[in-house]
Amino acid sequence: MLEMKNVYKKYKNGVTATNGIDVKIDQGEFVYIVGPSGAGKSTFIKMMYREEKPTSGTITLNGIDMGSLKNSKVPLIRRNIGVVFQDFKLLPKLNVYENVAYTLEVIEENPKNIKKKVMDTLDLVGLKHKVRMFPDELSGGEQQRVSIARSIVNQPKLVIADEPTGNLDPDTSWEIMNIFEEINTRGTTVIMATHNKTIVNTMKHRVIAIESGRIVRDEQRGDYGYEI
Amino acid sequence: MKSNTFLRHVRESFKSLGRNGWMTFASASAVTVTLILVGVFFAIMMNLNHMASSIESDVEIRVYIDRTASEEDATALEEKIAALPKVDSVTFSGKDEELDSLISSLGEEGEAFKLFQQDNPLNDVYVVQAKTPSDTIPLAEEIDEMEFTANVNYGQGTVENLFSTINFGRNIGIILIVGLLFTAMFLISNTIKITIVSRRREIEIMRLVGATNSFIRWPFFLEGLWLGLLGSVIPVISVGTAYYYFYDYVSPKLQGHFIQLLEVTPFIYQVGAILIILGAIIGVWGSLMSVRKFLKI
Repeated sequence: MLEMKNVYKKYKNGVTATNGIDVKIDQGEFVYIVGPSGAGKSTFIKMMYREEKPTSGTITLNGIDMGSLKNSKVPLIRRNIGVVFQDFKLLPKLNVYENVAYTLEVIEENPKNIKKKVMDTLDLVGLKHKVRMFPDELSGGEQQRVSIARSIVNQPKLVIADEPTGNLDPDTSWEIMNIFEEINTRGTTVIMATHNKTIVNTMKHRVIAIESGRIVRDEQRGDYGYEI
Repeated sequence: MKSNTFLRHVRESFKSLGRNGWMTFASASAVTVTLILVGVFFAIMMNLNHMASSIESDVEIRVYIDRTASEEDATALEEKIAALPKVDSVTFSGKDEELDSLISSLGEEGEAFKLFQQDNPLNDVYVVQAKTPSDTIPLAEEIDEMEFTANVNYGQGTVENLFSTINFGRNIGIILIVGLLFTAMFLISNTIKITIVSRRREIEIMRLVGATNSFIRWPFFLEGLWLGLLGSVIPVISVGTAYYYFYDYVSPKLQGHFIQLLEVTPFIYQVGAILIILGAIIGVWGSLMSVRKFLKI
């Protein structure tokens, strides 16, 4: 579903973030992106949802060339991609239900369907009983679940997560990982950048290691491979 | 756009006004202060303009018809003048009328001129009005070149001075109003920018989950509109009321003078409408300019 060919990204300040990346990710895969800080993981990921454009090379997502995609068409692409961040990025003034429903509202989903979809998704992440609470009344793990719910409520084919467990304690991290696992078994592609060695080594999946903007290792059921 | 989407935008825009309470107040106040200034300036400008126009429209060209011209020649001249595109009206004033008006304008001393009623030495005159007062001078020159005109008089010298003074005044006024409006726009766009920066995350998430730019922009557009309209309420009322009382006070003192203030109605309605429209434009413009930079269009 996602294919990158010879992708270079050089920022205006002269920093080269990715230095010729070739990769192919199929529908339904679960992929870890690992590598030291500043290796280009974030840029790699941002290019997948067209937050950044490659300087050269091509990125295609489900047959659509992301590099030549018009800015006005970007929102439509985003509707097929769920994105989860380390810092959750929830709207503090909206409660759990509203935060998740927000995704559907802004893409002008029929209001009749919103409630059912939101409640089903909150059920999946195990937060059905906290729909009226606000983000600051929730623990970090719960907030991350809300953010995951928000990213998948529209049933995207691809979920991208940038260090989703970066701010969470080990137990909570496992709960979050189980949710991603669940999403993946339902057929959604999951691409996750992470620094969590234990998770990568225990919950075995494809591992892509990036160093200095290049893929240095790409293994099915691989290991984290770095000492921290 | 679906109607429930539009309702959502309206709802969101109002919610956001409430949420950003103090910022709403600050932005609306900025609009208020500027619009009061604009309103006052505008009222002054329009009145000065009105006075200038009434002075200007008193300017007329007197075309003295050559005494040797036959009646046909005079008629031909009249037709020729009336055919000029810049001409508004041509009125004939016979030499007897001219003499009468001269006699009456001189009062008692005019009596002496009554002797001339037997053998009138004056010329017949065409009084010509230009469509636009500022065309008076070139028009006069054009007419002067025609046959059978003895002399063309429009108050040479005085009129040039009058026109250049009036134009100078007008230009200054326009510059002041335009400058004021620009200041207002930047002031407001900056104030709104602060409220929008605090909502960066909201915009970021909307973009992330696939809201179109126009969808994101709508609530901001409406919010700017409300701010502008809210900010124009006090200026409309205060400028209107102030003008009403000012007119009441000053107008009687101008009785009998040839300069007059603009009537309270419809003037205050016009000023009100202009202020409301300006407020709306300023608000919307400020808001859209600020949201622009987060949209990567």
